[in-house]
Amino acid sequence: MTERLKVHVDPDKCQGHARCKALAPELFELDEYGNAHEAGNGIVPPGLEDKAWLAKSNCPEIAIDVIEE
Amino acid sequence: MSDVSQPAAHPPVTDWVNDFDHTDPQWTDDPFPIWDELRAASPVVHTERFLGCYMPTTYDAVREIANDPEHFSSRRIIVRDVRPELTRNAAPPITSDPPVHKPAKQLLLPPFTPDAMKKLEPRMRAICNELIDGFIADGKVDAAARYSKYIPVQAIAHMLGIPESDSDLFINWIHMILELSIKDESKLLEAVQEMSAYFRTQIEERRSRPTDDLISYLMNAKDKEGQPLEESHVLGSLRLLLIAGIDTTWSAIGSSLWHLARTPADRERLIAEPGLIPTAVEELLRAYSPVTMAREVVKETTVSGCPVKAGNMVLLSFPAANRDPKMFPDADKVVIDRRENRHAAFGLGIHRCVGSNLARMEMQVALEEWLKRIPDFALDPAGTVTWSQGTVRGPRQLPFLLGRAM
Ligand code: SF4
Repeated sequence: MTERLKVHVDPDKCQGHARCKALAPELFELDEYGNAHEAGNGIVPPGLEDKAWLAKSNCPEIAIDVIEE
Repeated sequence: MSDVSQPAAHPPVTDWVNDFDHTDPQWTDDPFPIWDELRAASPVVHTERFLGCYMPTTYDAVREIANDPEHFSSRRIIVRDVRPELTRNAAPPITSDPPVHKPAKQLLLPPFTPDAMKKLEPRMRAICNELIDGFIADGKVDAAARYSKYIPVQAIAHMLGIPESDSDLFINWIHMILELSIKDESKLLEAVQEMSAYFRTQIEERRSRPTDDLISYLMNAKDKEGQPLEESHVLGSLRLLLIAGIDTTWSAIGSSLWHLARTPADRERLIAEPGLIPTAVEELLRAYSPVTMAREVVKETTVSGCPVKAGNMVLLSFPAANRDPKMFPDADKVVIDRRENRHAAFGLGIHRCVGSNLARMEMQVALEEWLKRIPDFALDPAGTVTWSQGTVRGPRQLPFLLGRAM
């Protein structure tokens, strides 16, 4: 059983580099300024776990958390 | 572009750790071993040159400073021999500190989102192909002077709604501001005056004939109180938009092509797997980050345990941070499929480059179009590669031989 993952963007840290959106477009949305928030409730659909970790490890502001539930 | 007078020489560096100089020819030619030496000595080093200047050498130290606008002001963003007098609205938001920084930046963000950049992409592809048409039949080219240099300048001219055919004029101003002014303040003033006069004319024209470009966007923008921006703010932001994108992306595209010319395996892999280009672009941005910004220490503090004193400048070297082996395994190697790449090429913190989405798009398109049409190229052994000095690092002469029959 794989655990369920959730992504979360810390809005105070995010500076809109948009790396998350480029690497995991299914998991993140950008606002009109290009700052990111998690899509929907942040739950990572099965099969997209790798993209969630990739977004986390490429965010220059260390603004993304991947939470294992 | 007219080749204006050369900056005054500094005494050559003999002690890098205590007397570094980012304008020294040794640094310009090959800075990487110098940064390694400085990093091994301390997370923060100091020089008496440039009226006193610190340099953080590790990723962590760079990050600490970038995230601390209270002690490190952005009112001066280039390390020079002089400290020109501060002007309000010099180039907002890059020269702004909190609290005025945020509204100035938010103004510029919407036109540079990834979605906005997608709309610009077809024009970028056309620009790249028009440039390639100009030299592909010659069998050789200076790829810096005839390709990478003109891509960003034409892109930003297109966005600002000013003639792409004025590119050489813009490039000359940028050369004066970012390179010559390090040692000759008069070049800075001259270029800024000319730019401001140019944009004033453009603003006047738009008063009678409104357009839908970035100049009109700024002219029509309102501040929090619903008031139009002061003219000095509009002019400052226009100067920033023109300056910020040109040398930087020119350099990034040039360094990428330089790498691919010398590394046939990477070139062949990108031709076989064009889907890897966006990942490779990130790695090339890490390994050859063009931009070193500056800060001014305005309050005494410590960085990675090292004391720093007010009144000094800081050479905030994102390129050196990106070569920190503690942050990046094999930091000195270009690994074009590197998956974990938290590089800081566009800066960190509130001053993150507004144009990063534009620059990334330009780099991807410039490499894609080049590799499609010129899969084979190598450095021309009869020519010399030269690098820019100071704030922005990139090849300024990049002689290539094109085609299989090399
Ligand atoms: S990569 Fe990080 S900083 Fe960039 S938009 Fe995503 S969360 Fe924000």
